[in-house]
Amino acid sequence: MADCGAADGPVKKDDIVRAKNEGKELTKEEKQRLRKEKKHQKKQKDEKRPSERAKEKKPVAPSQPVATQPPTQKAPTVLPASAPIPVPASGAPSHSSPAPSPADKPAKSRAEQKAERRARQDADRASKQQSCFSSSKTKAPPSELNPVVKRLPEHVQVDDPAVVKRLAKKLERQQIPLRSDYGYKVSLFSHLHQYSRKAPLTQQLSIPSTVIHPSIVRLGLQYSQGIVVGSNARSVALLHAFKQVIRDYTTPPNEELARDLVNKLKPYISFLNQCRPLSASMGNAIKYIKKEISNIPSQFKEEEAKTKLQKCIDCYINENVVLAAKAISKYAIKKISDGDVILVYGCSSLVNHILCEAYDKSRKFRVIVVDSRPRLEGREALRRLVQRGISCTYVLISALSYILPEVSKVFLGAHALLANGYVMSRVGTSQIALVARTFNVPVLVCCETYKFCERVQTDSFVSNELDDPDDLMVTRKGKTQLENWHDVSSLGLLNLVYDVTPPDFVDLVITDLGMIPCTSVPVVLRVKNLEQ
Amino acid sequence: MELQAVLMAAGGGSRMMDLTYNTPKPLLPVGNKPLIWYPLNLLERVGFEEVIVITTKEVQKMISTDPKVKLDVKMKLDLVCIQEDADMGTADALRHIQQKVKTDVLVVSCDLITDAALHEVVDLFRAHNATLSMLMSKAHEFTETVPGQKGKKKTGEQRDFVGVDGTGKRLLFMANEADLDEGVVIRKSIMRKHPRMHIKTGLVDAHLYCLKKSVVDFLADNKSISSIRGELVPYLVRKQFSKSTNSPKVIDETHQNLKKNDSNISSRDEELLHLTQERSCWNDHRGDMSDAYHGGRLRCYVHIMDEGICYRVNTLAAYIEANRLAPKLFDEPAVHPSAVVSERCLIGADSIIGASCQISDKTSIKRSTIGVSTTVREKVKVTNSIIMHGVTIEEGCNIQGSVICSNAVIGRGADIKYCLVGSAQRIEPDAEVNITYHYKSITYNNCHKVSK
Repeated sequence: MADCGAADGPVKKDDIVRAKNEGKELTKEEKQRLRKEKKHQKKQKDEKRPSERAKEKKPVAPSQPVATQPPTQKAPTVLPASAPIPVPASGAPSHSSPAPSPADKPAKSRAEQKAERRARQDADRASKQQSCFSSSKTKAPPSELNPVVKRLPEHVQVDDPAVVKRLAKKLERQQIPLRSDYGYKVSLFSHLHQYSRKAPLTQQLSIPSTVIHPSIVRLGLQYSQGIVVGSNARSVALLHAFKQVIRDYTTPPNEELARDLVNKLKPYISFLNQCRPLSASMGNAIKYIKKEISNIPSQFKEEEAKTKLQKCIDCYINENVVLAAKAISKYAIKKISDGDVILVYGCSSLVNHILCEAYDKSRKFRVIVVDSRPRLEGREALRRLVQRGISCTYVLISALSYILPEVSKVFLGAHALLANGYVMSRVGTSQIALVARTFNVPVLVCCETYKFCERVQTDSFVSNELDDPDDLMVTRKGKTQLENWHDVSSLGLLNLVYDVTPPDFVDLVITDLGMIPCTSVPVVLRVKNLEQ
Repeated sequence: MELQAVLMAAGGGSRMMDLTYNTPKPLLPVGNKPLIWYPLNLLERVGFEEVIVITTKEVQKMISTDPKVKLDVKMKLDLVCIQEDADMGTADALRHIQQKVKTDVLVVSCDLITDAALHEVVDLFRAHNATLSMLMSKAHEFTETVPGQKGKKKTGEQRDFVGVDGTGKRLLFMANEADLDEGVVIRKSIMRKHPRMHIKTGLVDAHLYCLKKSVVDFLADNKSISSIRGELVPYLVRKQFSKSTNSPKVIDETHQNLKKNDSNISSRDEELLHLTQERSCWNDHRGDMSDAYHGGRLRCYVHIMDEGICYRVNTLAAYIEANRLAPKLFDEPAVHPSAVVSERCLIGADSIIGASCQISDKTSIKRSTIGVSTTVREKVKVTNSIIMHGVTIEEGCNIQGSVICSNAVIGRGADIKYCLVGSAQRIEPDAEVNITYHYKSITYNNCHKVSK
């Protein structure tokens, strides 16, 4: 097996090398093989010795042994790219991965043969080990047949220059400008992006934007300037913009709508991600829309397909936002009794909706709105509730422990519910939940099911969003204290957007499927995945 | 397509007739480039690929035939001609091209020289879904002496009163002194919605407007509006706050009519937009009980530039100032490579020499602009002046603070201070001309002072 692979190796490699040297187009299989080779080598490069991985064309002493073996039997062992002949794992039905590396110099020298033999022995040893232990090393590169191992998303690896370069290359390919980070980042959060609102992405775009659809540019601007804020509003606006995109879309000749439209949406999503990191609800909406687009049967004409997609989007919003809000209000109103004092934090569209509905159903209660700097979103919540006629009290979060003895329930909104039961919400929510638990006040989180996401997080550091640090500057009586914070080298301003609340502090989650405890979130996710 | 650019180049330059009686305003040379090049360059830099240029037949002819007028732009120019004597205002011109307008428009005037970041204006237009978005700049005092004027003349132009809200972006009030009888009148409805208003008078309107397509359609229906700046903009600013009690706003009607013409999809989109605004916890103001934008559908925004160049070349003083500052806007070398400049002449760093010039020995050129194909003979001193194309300056002249228009001939030894010499005029040798406009074809018997 290995021999024939090795024998084929130089021949195939020869072809490829010849083709490349002659500048001819590589055939499809060759291209695929090349791609797989490159991917494999990159993975080897990343996890093993970072230095001496010479480029493919450079010859290096072939006596470099293969370091660690990929765990699964199916993944072939590949010598460092420098060695001319890679050796497939023994017994592995070579699914064409042990393609010859397109290195020059196909001549098999004695040293190379030795290396080949050694590699084969290592592969044998590895397969024996594998059958003994059958536990995959977590650092191993996932093979094509093991897709469960997930990678870290790029937006939490900003301090890794390789990742940043990769992102820059991807954006360049999609013709999206790269937004540069701003200001000094606090060291604990230096792995996240931090942008300035005064440097919008549009200053690097041409004005009648041709690469990106105008409604997407408008949406990106509205995100980055904070005109569209809140998980629900952002998803609805996103789907609205996608509707415009679909309406203005025409299938290019020789392309299928199902595949081409998805490819068209990718740069838009990168652009929106650059303007403001996507929320979990937006991510789920995008997944849904991509699935719907790929499921369009090929015999549909363009007009039919577009109408169908528009209907799907309307349906999605109707079910997951409008009707879900109605259902959640119905459940939540059961929990609100007359004489209640309800505490809310910030401005959650869902919680406001619930309270307005409850007031319309003639429940007698009063609301305490807790607010925090720098966003001060509670003022907007206060305005909406008072406009309805609900009697409200307004405090800042520093007064929380003074006001909690009066409170009978706490209603919180959520940005996303994570798979381990943690609630991701506006920064300050975990404080509220903690203090409420201390006072034995029940905490109810209201969240639609489309905001449930499969991520797992136990702290607010790993994945978060850093807002513009200049928002923390405030001008009182004509003086801005932090005006020159850039000049003070030891000073960093941190403006976090989200935090995670552990499930021990949350008593109940009210979703459109009913009232569930926080730990049932993975069950809901599993059921949803089964449905799909 | 997102925006279409429309360049208004049909104006007559009524405030500087001395310069424009022979050359149409869009083709006046500023820094040796025609005036119309500057807004076209601005649009090209920003990324526009085609521009609709509304101009007169004369200008169109000169652009296509005259080799001295090179536009050097890669964009596609769609020239639309209108009659010169039709006396069309800018709004009339926009109505004229209504059929070509398919999306929102960006209207620019041909006499705008600026290095503003256009994305600021357009971002306001996009983000707030505004009906009008415009550019203004803090006015700078003109420091150069204007030929033909004794001393600094007080600008007889009437002031503009511009009212903006606390953020400085939303346009609340705009009126010209000429339209106000006794004082500034501000309606109570505006004060109730925006209790804090900043009223500014020292602003220059750059005449750069982003208008929604529905405004162009509205213009087509209302033929009484003839000037964008004079009538349309104040109308839109007022309409932001007008109550729609008996009849809906005319512009709203056009909005609604358009929406009805599209299919049901638009109405669903409206619902979605409404849902977004409802769920989003953002408000543009605080302190009262109303929703974002006070529930108004019509919004006007302005971007006020603090720093940077922004000039409208519609008076002689502005023309001279623009000539001083224009070289900063492009990177070409000050002395054109094809100019023949002898080594023994003194050319200051802030002077521009045009193509195919001939500058002879012992000349001194300071803070001046020398046009294309101009001949300057020996021992000439040119200071603070603008020499246009094809001028011949004989030996020993001394030109200070003047504007010499194209194809003029300045005789030997003439001494010209703070004058404006019209096209193809001749100044006799040894004349001493001071502070005058010389554009009549009177030949002087000289050696005496000629002053205004």
